[in-house]
Amino acid sequence: MDTFQETVFKLKKYWAERGCIIQEPYDVEVGAGTMAPETFLRVLGPKPYRVAYVQPSRRTADGRYGENPNRLYKHQQLQVILKPTPNDVIDQYLGSLKAIGIDLAKHDLKLEEDNWEAPTLGAWGVGWQVMLDGLEITQFTYFQQCGGFDLDLVPAEITYGLERLAAFLQGVDSVYDITWAPGFKYSDVRLADELQFSVYNFEMANVERLWRLLGEHEAECKELLAAYAKYPDKHRFPVLPTYDQVLKCSHLFNLLDARGAISVTERVGVIKRVRDLAVGTAKLWVDQQSLDAQQESAA
Amino acid sequence: MSLDFLLEIGTEEIPHWMIPKALDQLRAMYVGQLKADATPRRLAVWASDMVERQADSTRKIKGPGVMAPEQAVAAFARKHGADPSALVRNGDYYELHLAIPGRPMIDVLAETLPGNILGLQWPKTMYWTGGKTGPRFIRPIRWIVALLGDQVIPFEIAGVKSGNVTRGHRILGSSSIPVTTANYEAELRKSFVILSAHERRHKIETEASNLGAKIDADLLETLTFITEYPTAIRGDFDPAYLELPAEVLTTVMRHHQKYFAVESAPGRLAPHFVAVMNTSADPDGVVKHGNERVLRARFNDARFFWNVDQQKKLVDRGDDLSHVTFQAKLGTYLEKTNRVVELVKELGGNAHAQRAAELCKCDLTTEMVKEFTDLQGIIGGLYAKAQGEPEPVSQAIYEHYQPLSMEDSIPETPEGQIVALADKLDTLRGCFSVGLIPSGSKDPFALRRAAQGVVKILAEAKLDYLLDQLVTGELHAFMLERVQHYFREVRGYKYDEVNAVLASGVSTLADVEARLAALAGVRPTEDFEPLAAACKRIRNILKQAHFEGDGPLDQALLEPGPERDLANRLASFVMANESDYSKRLVAIAAFRPSVDLFFDKVLVNAPDPAVRTNRLTLLHKLFTEFSTIADFSEIVTSGESK
Repeated sequence: MDTFQETVFKLKKYWAERGCIIQEPYDVEVGAGTMAPETFLRVLGPKPYRVAYVQPSRRTADGRYGENPNRLYKHQQLQVILKPTPNDVIDQYLGSLKAIGIDLAKHDLKLEEDNWEAPTLGAWGVGWQVMLDGLEITQFTYFQQCGGFDLDLVPAEITYGLERLAAFLQGVDSVYDITWAPGFKYSDVRLADELQFSVYNFEMANVERLWRLLGEHEAECKELLAAYAKYPDKHRFPVLPTYDQVLKCSHLFNLLDARGAISVTERVGVIKRVRDLAVGTAKLWVDQQSLDAQQESAA
Repeated sequence: MSLDFLLEIGTEEIPHWMIPKALDQLRAMYVGQLKADATPRRLAVWASDMVERQADSTRKIKGPGVMAPEQAVAAFARKHGADPSALVRNGDYYELHLAIPGRPMIDVLAETLPGNILGLQWPKTMYWTGGKTGPRFIRPIRWIVALLGDQVIPFEIAGVKSGNVTRGHRILGSSSIPVTTANYEAELRKSFVILSAHERRHKIETEASNLGAKIDADLLETLTFITEYPTAIRGDFDPAYLELPAEVLTTVMRHHQKYFAVESAPGRLAPHFVAVMNTSADPDGVVKHGNERVLRARFNDARFFWNVDQQKKLVDRGDDLSHVTFQAKLGTYLEKTNRVVELVKELGGNAHAQRAAELCKCDLTTEMVKEFTDLQGIIGGLYAKAQGEPEPVSQAIYEHYQPLSMEDSIPETPEGQIVALADKLDTLRGCFSVGLIPSGSKDPFALRRAAQGVVKILAEAKLDYLLDQLVTGELHAFMLERVQHYFREVRGYKYDEVNAVLASGVSTLADVEARLAALAGVRPTEDFEPLAAACKRIRNILKQAHFEGDGPLDQALLEPGPERDLANRLASFVMANESDYSKRLVAIAAFRPSVDLFFDKVLVNAPDPAVRTNRLTLLHKLFTEFSTIADFSEIVTSGESK
């Protein structure tokens, strides 16, 4: 039986062998692997790209103080982006399951319709949840739109829920019983994390300050977005730091939401504020990329 | 000579619920006997009577007139590559008849199939190659088999060339199988693909029933179209979970895991489930074990939600509803609740009904309903019961979303009926008042369903609310459409009977139904249709005469014979004032000979204006008396068409 980390190594190796860059997790809080710039920005524009990375993803409202065996404040996703989608993408995906020791001939595999939409990112796609013996182990999406842009090269996004997958492979009922490394359980590594962040997110985060921070990061982001048009050397313009500000806002929104500080009517408004920033940043990125491409072809 | 035709569109997994409609479209693609079937990964169409080539035809080209100069005539013929002697005279003109040989069918198909395939209508499509302007389909097309006889029909879609090679089951089958039109289905079967949806459905139903499953038709249909080789297995769960309400367990099994429930006796769940795999067997019990593990986690969640939810009673959740929006312009669920409580009072609901109205939306703030939204109402009812609310209150909460469809039954208890009615009426009135009126296929607030529910409850519970007092204006018209729909589609009355009854006014729906039943009962009798025809005649006469007066009948002006007889008969009919609809209709139908005789012998349009007015008055009174149950002039009689 493989440890949690062994399974992650195997998946990374498998996708590296299929031409993926193996990235490290993004270092700003995100709610899902999709939000990391390696996905959100890289899927835009005409440049092919292949990347795989583990992304710890924070879902503040899903925190359960470490008491629920299946729900986590922060879970680990293995995110794979194949742009453009290879024709045999599903076979490649099935190969990755074999690579981590699943003998598909002994299991029941179904692809069930599950479309994906992220209103804060102006993004949507169609796809499936991959069910293995009744367990959803992967979300598979063909992106159609991101940051409000129709995509030039449709990428496939493959998102493995690593805790679920590892619990399945190791035959344990609680994620906390997963063996992470020899001699160490998932609980040894992450339980304190789950408990303390649940306490903070639900009980102690200062709502007033969170609103203020949201306003500050939004202001920073807007200022940067507005500065692009007149900025002389577009190549140098900090689009990537602008996107970090979007991520900060999104995370603060989630924190406020977990605190129950956002009323239903406010909610729609805040989602729109974040989406406007995300869509604005996507525009800059696409523009900057196309200018860079023009320069490259001229040179 | 006719040839076998086969087309298989190989795709990635198509959403199960879209497949039957796609098959209907494929069958309609060509004239002739097309057969179609599908699995999630393939849409197949075939025929055995495809012609080898199209029939030859003649194209007629109109040429110059017969009086035209010879050179012009010759030039016309040459232009079309023909000798002037080939021209045919047609009246004053020359014509050239060009023989168009029929094209080989394989060429026609190669040209038209790509358009036909990409022209299929889907609820939502995607592109996967060539950017936004690339071809769109429901999921990427990965292979195409296109055969006419033993020839491949050559074409290409999205970079995929048609051929004669199909693919089997993802895991169990071969990924490259050359086929012919004759062995296609058999080759698929060898590769663990059962092409026939009918056969898959039957396999699931038989195997699942043998394992004790309670067959659910919708789930059976879903499973038929998410599998290529279905096999049922039975799993178990800890009987301790049977403490949770059956509704919760069943929802988890059916909606979240697509399992059939197993019952030990009717209405009693057993600690087992039946799952349907997309594979041939589970010899080591690995799949069973995996499914049991998932279900255990789900049931644990449900138990956790139940326990957490009991920490705050429904009655203490009222204020929480002020944080849940019902609709932006119509406020929160707290405001809706207050309106529904008032409406229940207005409708004469008792204390239990009022209490149920007060609590009925409180379950929206529970963890259980947040997780299992389909169980709204049901959870509220179960919690109310567990928290000691009286039975009529908990039952009314439990059933107040009913009926969810035309087939669903209405709430059983009077309290449930009144709360369900008030809840739906409030939604309808509210949405109509802020302009959220359904149009065409757009009905985001499911107002048609709400209105249909109101109609069904009013009619089937025989509630004595007058429709006119419940709804007004545009909403009234909207409800009338639903009333028509209900009596036609659900109760099976003929459309003209429904029109006739509604045209003579709507009081309560129970009354509408009683009149309809009486009308349908008298309709087959021999006097009825001629009388209906006579009523139509009367209506036309009154309309042409612009006669609306309703003065008294002047007995002195009545001519002895048919006219006086008819008037006397009408007078005794009015006197009798039969209140039983059937008897009354029978009595009306019995007027037929008198009416016929009147029209035979009496001239309505009499020269004397006073006599004429008197006769119109007689007809008007007759028409009014006849129309109290139904307006017979709306009845379509034999010889007329719809």
